[in-house]
Amino acid sequence: MAQRRTVVDIAAGVSSGALSASAVLEENLAAIGSREKEIHAFNLVTAERARERAAQIDTDVKAGKKVGRLAGVTIALKDNMCTRGVETTCSSKILAGWKPPYDATVVRRLADEGAVFVGKTNLDEFAMGSSTENSAFGPTRNPLDTSRVPGGSSGGSAAAVAAGFAAASFGSDTGGSIRQPAALCGLVGVKPTYGTVSRQGLIAFGSSLDQIGPFSSTVADSALLMEVIAGHDPLDSTSIPQPAPSLLNVLDQGVKGMRIGRITDMPEGSSPDVLARLEAAFEALRGAGAQIVDVKMPSMSFGLTAYYLVAPAEASSNLARFDGVRYGLRVDAKDLNAMYGATRAAGFGDEVKRRIMLGTYALSAGYYDAYYGKALKVRRLIADDFAKAYESCDAILTPTSPTVAFKFGDKTSNPLAMYLCDVFTIPTNLAGHAAMSVPFGTGEAGLPVGVQVLAPALGEAPMFRVAAELERNA
Amino acid sequence: MSTSTGAAQNPSSVVASAEQLIDGWELVVGLEVHVELATKTKLFSASANRFGDEPNTHIDPVTLGLPGALPVLNRHAVELAMRLGLALNCRVQPCSFHRKNYFYPDLPKAYQISQYDQPLNVDGFLMLPGEVRIGIERAHLEEDTGKSTHFGGAEGRIHGSEYSLIDFNRAGVPLVEIVSRPDIRTSEQAKQYVSELRAILLAVGASDAKMEEGSMRCDVNVSVHKPGTPFGTRCEIKNVNSIRAVGRAIDYEARRQIDIITSGGSIKQQTLHWDDAAGRTNVLRTKEDADDYRYFLEPDLVPLAPDTAWVEQVRSALPPLPAARRETLAKLTGQSKESEAVAVVVERGQDTYLAEVAKVGGDAARALVYVQQAFAEEAASPRVPAGDLAALTLMEKNAKITATQAKTLLAELVANGGGDVIAMAKSKGFEAMDTSALEGLVDAAIAADPDAWAKFKAGEQKAMGALVGAVMKSSKGKADGKAVTALLQAKANA
Amino acid sequence: MPEAISRETVAKVARLARLDLTDAEIERMTSQLAGMLDHFRDVDALDLSNVEPMNQPIPLTNVLRDDVVAPSLDRDEVLASAPAAQDGRFRVPPIIGFEE
Ligand SMILES: [Mg+2]
Ligand SMILES: [Zn+2]
Repeated sequence: MAQRRTVVDIAAGVSSGALSASAVLEENLAAIGSREKEIHAFNLVTAERARERAAQIDTDVKAGKKVGRLAGVTIALKDNMCTRGVETTCSSKILAGWKPPYDATVVRRLADEGAVFVGKTNLDEFAMGSSTENSAFGPTRNPLDTSRVPGGSSGGSAAAVAAGFAAASFGSDTGGSIRQPAALCGLVGVKPTYGTVSRQGLIAFGSSLDQIGPFSSTVADSALLMEVIAGHDPLDSTSIPQPAPSLLNVLDQGVKGMRIGRITDMPEGSSPDVLARLEAAFEALRGAGAQIVDVKMPSMSFGLTAYYLVAPAEASSNLARFDGVRYGLRVDAKDLNAMYGATRAAGFGDEVKRRIMLGTYALSAGYYDAYYGKALKVRRLIADDFAKAYESCDAILTPTSPTVAFKFGDKTSNPLAMYLCDVFTIPTNLAGHAAMSVPFGTGEAGLPVGVQVLAPALGEAPMFRVAAELERNA
Repeated sequence: MSTSTGAAQNPSSVVASAEQLIDGWELVVGLEVHVELATKTKLFSASANRFGDEPNTHIDPVTLGLPGALPVLNRHAVELAMRLGLALNCRVQPCSFHRKNYFYPDLPKAYQISQYDQPLNVDGFLMLPGEVRIGIERAHLEEDTGKSTHFGGAEGRIHGSEYSLIDFNRAGVPLVEIVSRPDIRTSEQAKQYVSELRAILLAVGASDAKMEEGSMRCDVNVSVHKPGTPFGTRCEIKNVNSIRAVGRAIDYEARRQIDIITSGGSIKQQTLHWDDAAGRTNVLRTKEDADDYRYFLEPDLVPLAPDTAWVEQVRSALPPLPAARRETLAKLTGQSKESEAVAVVVERGQDTYLAEVAKVGGDAARALVYVQQAFAEEAASPRVPAGDLAALTLMEKNAKITATQAKTLLAELVANGGGDVIAMAKSKGFEAMDTSALEGLVDAAIAADPDAWAKFKAGEQKAMGALVGAVMKSSKGKADGKAVTALLQAKANA
Repeated sequence: MPEAISRETVAKVARLARLDLTDAEIERMTSQLAGMLDHFRDVDALDLSNVEPMNQPIPLTNVLRDDVVAPSLDRDEVLASAPAAQDGRFRVPPIIGFEE
C-alpha cells in the first residue's frame, strides 16, 4: 500500500507552494484507479471536479492568494451528506440519482478552507449497519484484508482513507458508525460532542444521536479537521452556541496528572486480543504520568437496548419523507397509498425496513410508554452513570469494537449479533458526549485494534490529549 | 394539528337559557380555529410567507422536507402567537414541539411539527356580548401544509379525481390553532366568537384573518344533549369558511343530530365536511379509522421557554383590544357598545380616527354614522382629514345643510380624500333656505292640497307625507325635511 | 410489558409505515421484531419510576431566528428531480382513502 500523506503535511505543503494540490490528487486518483474496483469505497468518484478544484488552488497559491487551512487536502464524504449538484444517495435505491440543491454546512466549511472532494463514499443504507454490507450498491471491502468488512456504517469513508484514496474522510456516527470502522481499518475516528458539528445537510438517521466526524491517519489530522468543521451553525437548532475548540495546541501537552477511567463492570464479550491492547493502552498512559481510576457504569449494558428503540423510532419518522412525491424513487401505482407502499417497499432494503417497523411500532398508540418512553428513561440512566464517572476521571478508555474486522457474512444473518458490534460506542451517543477511536497496535491476524477514548460533553480537548499520547505509544 | 375540544363527558358549567334550547335540547359547540400568522417568513425556514403567488416559488430545503434539512424557529412567529395568547387572556408557558406523523402529499416531511401536551398559550377566555365568557383551552404554534388541487374529477373534488398537483408555497407557514372550551351554546354565539376572535387577531396584528383566502379556518365541534346529562357524542365539521357558514353549519348539524336521536338512532363520532352551496354536512370519515399519529418530541428543535421579561415586554406592547375600544367609542358617541356601528368601526380600526374627529370639535354621533356608512373602503387611517369630517358633522348638526345634502358632500369628501365642505356646499347651492322662504313654500303646499291639510289637522299623520313631499319638490330638495315638519306642526297647532 | 408482537400487529404497523411487505417478509419481520422486543425485557430489571425521560443530550432553549426572507430555491431545479411534475407543481396519483 502506498505511503499515505497526512492532512497536516498536505495543507502545509500546498499552501507554502512546496507541494502541488494537483499532484497530491493524482496520487489519490492513481490509488483509486488501482484498487477501487476491489474495495468499492465510493458510490461516486468526482475526479473531474476534484482536478478543477486542485488546479484552482495551485493557481491561487502561485498568485499569492490566501488559501484555506485545508488547501489541497483530498477528502472523501460519506454519501449521506448533501453536496449541491452531486448525487447523494445514502446507498439507497430510494434516493439513487438525487442531486441536492444545497450543501451541508460541513461540506461548505470544508470547501471554504480549500478541501478537494474526491467523491461520495459507500455506507450501510441510511447509515443502518456496522459492516457496510447493507449498501444497496454492494459492500465495501476492508483494504487491510479484503475478505473482511471495513466496519460500518461509514465503511466507505474508512476504507477510502485506509486505501490511500483520500487524505481524510468524513462519516456520521449515530451509534459508533465512525469509531467502529476507524478501529477496523486502523484509523483515527472522532464522534464529536452532540451539537458541536452542524447536522444541517446530513441526511438524518437518529436526529438526537447523529454527529458528523473525521477519519484520518493521525490524531493531529483529526484535530485540524475538527477545528474546521466544528462551531455554532444557526441552521441547526441543536448546535451549541460556541466556537470550534482549539485542539492542535493540546496535542503535545501529555497526560501527566490526568485521571483515566477504567470501567470495572464493562459489558462482556470482547475478544482477548482486543482486551490485551486495552490493557497496554492503560499501561502506556500510566507510564506517561496518568492516574488510572476505577469507575462503574452499571447501566452501560442497557445502552444497546435503549439505542435500538430510540434510533429506530427517530428513523421511522425521519425516513417517512421518502414517499415518492418530491424526489427520489417512485413506483407508479393506481392511487396514492398504493404508490407510497410500493415505492417504499422497493426503495428500502431489509435492515432499513426492519428499523422503520421497529420504530413505528415503538411509537404507536399503546406501545409508546412500554418501549420508546422507557428507552428514553434508560438513556437518562446512562447519562447519569457517565456524569457520576466523570466526577472521578477526565476520560475513560474502552475497546472501540469487541473484535477486529470480521469476515463478510459473519453476522448478516443475525441482526442482534451485528448490533453487539456497537456495545461500547452506543452509550456515548445516548449521552451526547465526545468519543474517538485511536489505533493501538494489532490483534488477531495482524489486524488493527482501536482503543476508544471517551470524554464528557465538550471534553474534546482532554480527549485529544489522551489520543495523542496513545498515538505516541502505539 | 387537530386537538380534541374538551372532554366529551364533562358537563360544562355553562348552561343554556330556556330560550336557547332547541326543542329542549342543549347545543354544545367548541371551535378550533387555525390562523396564519402575519410573518415575513415561514415558521421554521426563511422562505417567504406569501399568499397567491406562482406555485412553488417560496420553497427551500426545510419547506420541501429535503433530506438533511433542519427547522429553526421564527422569533416573530413566537411573538405574534404570544401576543394573541395574551390578548385571549392565556397563560404563556414553557413549551415544546412534537412531530405528528402521517402521510399526505401536501405534508412534505410526512410529519407536521406542532405543539402537543405543552402548548405555548393555555387557559384563556374570550368575552362575547352580554358578558358570555368562552374558555380558551389552548392556542398553540404549528406549521401549515401545502395545497393539493385535484384534477379529472367533478369540480375539483378529490373524489373521482385522476391526479392531484401540489404547491408547497403554503407549507411551513406559521399557524396558531386556537382551541375553545365547549362553552358555546348557540350558533349565534359561535358566530360572535369567530367574529370577536377575528377582531382581536386584526387588532394585535397577528394575522390578516381572511377567511375567504384561508388565512383563518374554522373547525366546529357540535354535539347535543338534554341539560343536566353528560355531553353527547360530537361531530367535527371541517373547514367552515365564513362566519355565516359557521352559523348555518351548526344549525344544520344540531337539527341533524336531534332528528337522529329523537328517531331512536345514535350519533357516531365523525368528521364532516360543510357543503355551503348545498347547505348540508357530508361525512368525511368515521373516527374508528383515525390515524395513529405517533407523536414524539421533535428532536431537531429545542424547548421554547419565554421568560417573564419577554412575556411582559410583549404584554406591554399590546395595543388596546376591541372590547375596550368599543367601550371607549360607545361612550364617545353615546351609542351602545354592542351596536353594529360601533363594532364595524372598531373592526376597521377607524375608532382612533373618530376620536380625532371629535377632538377637533366634530359631532361624534354623526361622525360614527358617516364613518360606518361611507368609510368601508378606507384604511384604519382614512384619507379624509379629521377636520374636514368634523366640519361636515357641524354643518348638518347646525342645520346649515340637510341630511341628504350631507350625504352628497360626504361621498364627495371620500372620493376626493377631503375638501373644504363649506365651499363645496356653496358651489352646489346647498346653503339651507331661510325660514321665511320656507314658510312661503309650506303655505303654497297647503293651498294646493286643502284635502290633505284638513286630514292632517284632523290628526291623520299619514297626510303629512304628501305636504312635505310637495315642499321638497318645490324647493328642489333644498328644504330640510325636519324644518318642514316642524312648520306644518306649528301651523296645525296654531 | 405488552404481550409478544403478533403477525397482525406487524401487518398493521407496515400499513402505518406505508411499507408493502410480502407475507414472507411479514413472517420474518414478526420473528425478528419479537426477538428484539424480547431483548428489551432486560430493562425490566431497572427501576425507572423516578427517572425523567431524556429526549435530547444537550439542554438548549429558545433557539430562534430572525424573520428575514432568504431567496427561494429554483423551482425548475427542484421539479427536475421530482418523479412527476406538471404546471409548476408536483404531480401525484389519485388520492383515495384519505379525507379531503
Ligand atoms: Mg382540528
Ligand atoms: Zn392544527
